[in-house]
Amino acid sequence: MTAFPFSAIVGQDEMKRAMILTAIEPAIGGVLVFGDRGTGKSTAVRGLAALLPPISAVPGCPINAASHADCPDWADVPEADPQDIPTPVIDLPLGATEDRVTGALDIEKALTQGTKAFQAGLLARANRGYLYIDEVNLLEDHIVDLLLDVAQSGENVVEREGLSIRHPARFVLVGSGNPEEGELRPQLLDRFGLSVDVASPKDIPTRIEVISRRDAYERDRATFLQEWQKRDAQVRARILDARALLPSVVTPPAVLERCAALCVALGSDGLRGELTLLKAGRALAAWEGKKKMTEAHVAAVAPSALRHRLRRDPLDEAGSGIRVTRMVDEVLSA
Amino acid sequence: MEPAQRWTMALLALRLVALDPRLGGIVVTARAGPVRDRWLDALGRLSLPLRKVPLTITDEQLFGGLDLAATLAAGREVRAEGLLAQPGALLVPMAERMEPGLAARLGQALDSAEHVLIALDESADEGEGIPASLRDRLAFHIDLDGIACSDALTGFGTLPETTDTCTTVKDIAAIAELCESFGVASPRAAIHCLRAAGAHAMLHRRRAVAPEDIEAAAILTLAPRATRLPEAGDSAPPPPPQQDAPDATADGDGLEIPQEMLLDAVRANLPTDILAQVAAKRRRGAKGAGAGSKRTGNRRGRPLPPRAGRPDGRARIDLVATLRAAAPWQTLRKAQSIHDRPVEIRAGDIRLKRFEEKSDRLLIFAVDASGSAAFARLGEAKGAVELLLAEAYARRDHVALVGFRGAQADVLLPPTRSLVQTKRRLAELPGGGGTPLAAGLKTATEIAVHAKSRGMTPTLVLLTDGRANVALDGEADRTRAAADAGKMAQAALLQGVEALVIDMGKRPERALRTLAETLDAAYVPLPRANARSLSDAVTGALS
Repeated sequence: MTAFPFSAIVGQDEMKRAMILTAIEPAIGGVLVFGDRGTGKSTAVRGLAALLPPISAVPGCPINAASHADCPDWADVPEADPQDIPTPVIDLPLGATEDRVTGALDIEKALTQGTKAFQAGLLARANRGYLYIDEVNLLEDHIVDLLLDVAQSGENVVEREGLSIRHPARFVLVGSGNPEEGELRPQLLDRFGLSVDVASPKDIPTRIEVISRRDAYERDRATFLQEWQKRDAQVRARILDARALLPSVVTPPAVLERCAALCVALGSDGLRGELTLLKAGRALAAWEGKKKMTEAHVAAVAPSALRHRLRRDPLDEAGSGIRVTRMVDEVLSA
Repeated sequence: MEPAQRWTMALLALRLVALDPRLGGIVVTARAGPVRDRWLDALGRLSLPLRKVPLTITDEQLFGGLDLAATLAAGREVRAEGLLAQPGALLVPMAERMEPGLAARLGQALDSAEHVLIALDESADEGEGIPASLRDRLAFHIDLDGIACSDALTGFGTLPETTDTCTTVKDIAAIAELCESFGVASPRAAIHCLRAAGAHAMLHRRRAVAPEDIEAAAILTLAPRATRLPEAGDSAPPPPPQQDAPDATADGDGLEIPQEMLLDAVRANLPTDILAQVAAKRRRGAKGAGAGSKRTGNRRGRPLPPRAGRPDGRARIDLVATLRAAAPWQTLRKAQSIHDRPVEIRAGDIRLKRFEEKSDRLLIFAVDASGSAAFARLGEAKGAVELLLAEAYARRDHVALVGFRGAQADVLLPPTRSLVQTKRRLAELPGGGGTPLAAGLKTATEIAVHAKSRGMTPTLVLLTDGRANVALDGEADRTRAAADAGKMAQAALLQGVEALVIDMGKRPERALRTLAETLDAAYVPLPRANARSLSDAVTGALS
């Protein structure tokens, strides 16, 4: 089954841009998509896989290591040349057990062969790729704790049932959810680099477009995919160009100062806000093919980079995106 | 709609799903009974194999996994295929009790393969219902309640061959307009509607979708999701744009029907109680899915003694206890065994880990919004509840909100962690009318009992001036009202609901103090003060 093409998603530009930016610069640290049901949140994430350039990994390695030397010794990977594989996009289902997430003692081997072996979990498989959590706000607290720990250290440590294993787990976290069903803990919120709010399309022409594309996709998948794969390929090529350009993008000190001033004015906690703002702004500049990051780039990414970092009043109903936009206007026009 | 007609529509939904499995499935609201049985019998006519999904289904059974008994017997790995491996018609009984986790997994399964899901919603009150994420993915929502056996006469009939039907941009535009007028936001509903129209055309052996197909599809898919009713005599909607949509194959002649007509047709066919439904939906809004954790689980908390059982993908095996259970039998088994294995383990030896965890707390606010209370200090009470909500947020408690005024009590918000929702509902709560204290207590107790069964620890916070003057049946009768309130308090006590009574009257009410004693609750008469001191009082009494 081939996923609905990313570029065929109607509208939702902020969401699409945020995902592209993390593809250009994985260090931004993931995207959180919050919004109504049926707005293409999971479709976008699944479509994203097709946009990502392949990575080179040793076949059979549970953590997708780039060279045989990097493969963990517990996995017992046969010597082989790295091959190109699609960037892994791993689903973390709700109700997944700790064992499935971190990996655990391989019960099958323990019972049938009497050997102590480690069965790698979802975190291992997501290494060097994406970890996608649908309905992230309904995730159980103990799994959230675990993810926070791994996302911070980039390493998964398993100490249980007589096993003592650690392996790298660096991934881009993508979460989606419907805010009406529950809140997300501030600690986890902070882990996401960018956060976007999506809403159902309101105007009729957009709705018509959404329905017709979905209809076309379901009627004649092959033709539809062929039609849109070209667009996807263009986006992928542009992502690769942007990645190449990214190291040479310069940030003038004045722009840096504006970033800092913006975060101070908004009173966002910690320095992660500034750093994300900077990385995202630079990635946006690279996406646009510019060699210099400007204030316009800061203004464009500020709502996504900062809206979830404001110290928030739990009873505040107005979206914090509005507050950010207002402050951006104020600070950048000063 | 007449019951007989509703029955026909219910069967029509099934026929459409049989023709186009991509419609996802059907939510069936009905109590168990002969009519439902007759409808379920028709499921056998689907071309897909029918499989029952119990709510306690494990991941291994859903997605496949190790067959432990067979593996141990054979001495090598034996895998069992999961329920979702082949496309099938999945029947979920008691779907209203489904946990969000299972709903998410089934939703994903529906997204990725052509399963048909029939969810039987047997909920008694409107507070329940199947998880919204799954509900959104199923095209049809039908209600069999109120249909008598004598109404359910039509049979399933025969299905035509599946063919391709054409839809035009005009059809899509018509559906988009309809969604707009009924306030259906989810694009999924619109896509379902389009597909249903296509299947309906197929059913009538038409090559292209006709207005009556869209009409039938809209009645089945959009009407149950309606959040508002279109105003009669709207100005004619703008003509649909024709550019940049994929070209449709049919030229669409004969489809030039005005939107108005379609709208009227659908409106005329809406269920009779649609207004009530719309109102109920608005009141209920998004349901909180804050499922409380089970008291005894196998994932975290204080360890309990291990128990014999089968690993189900969720439980963790207690390896040491398993070996200990197997140890006494080793000599005997080795003598009988044909394999030469260091340890002989049988399925019966498997021990699972169990943990006990502290359950989540649920604060149920029952707020008196009657005229007398509103006159006194409803505003203050609201302020105090808001402060408490901020604290509940810090402690990650769940909250529920019941308001009572006039003749009855309403669940303004079922248990949720969404504070914004709670605050919004609270702000919307108007004041005025009698004081149906008994009804308020009854509703709050019901929530508490339900929450308990889901593993939460409920605490009832009753804010009232205690001047009960409306009896449980809605009659204005001061004496009976007081007696009923006393009875309900007793019932709450019997259910073991912890409570706290806050007197928000102008001066302390003796009757309320007695009520608090019946409830075995702390009684906090509230002196003239601000919201902050009320909140402090509650925090003090709760700790």
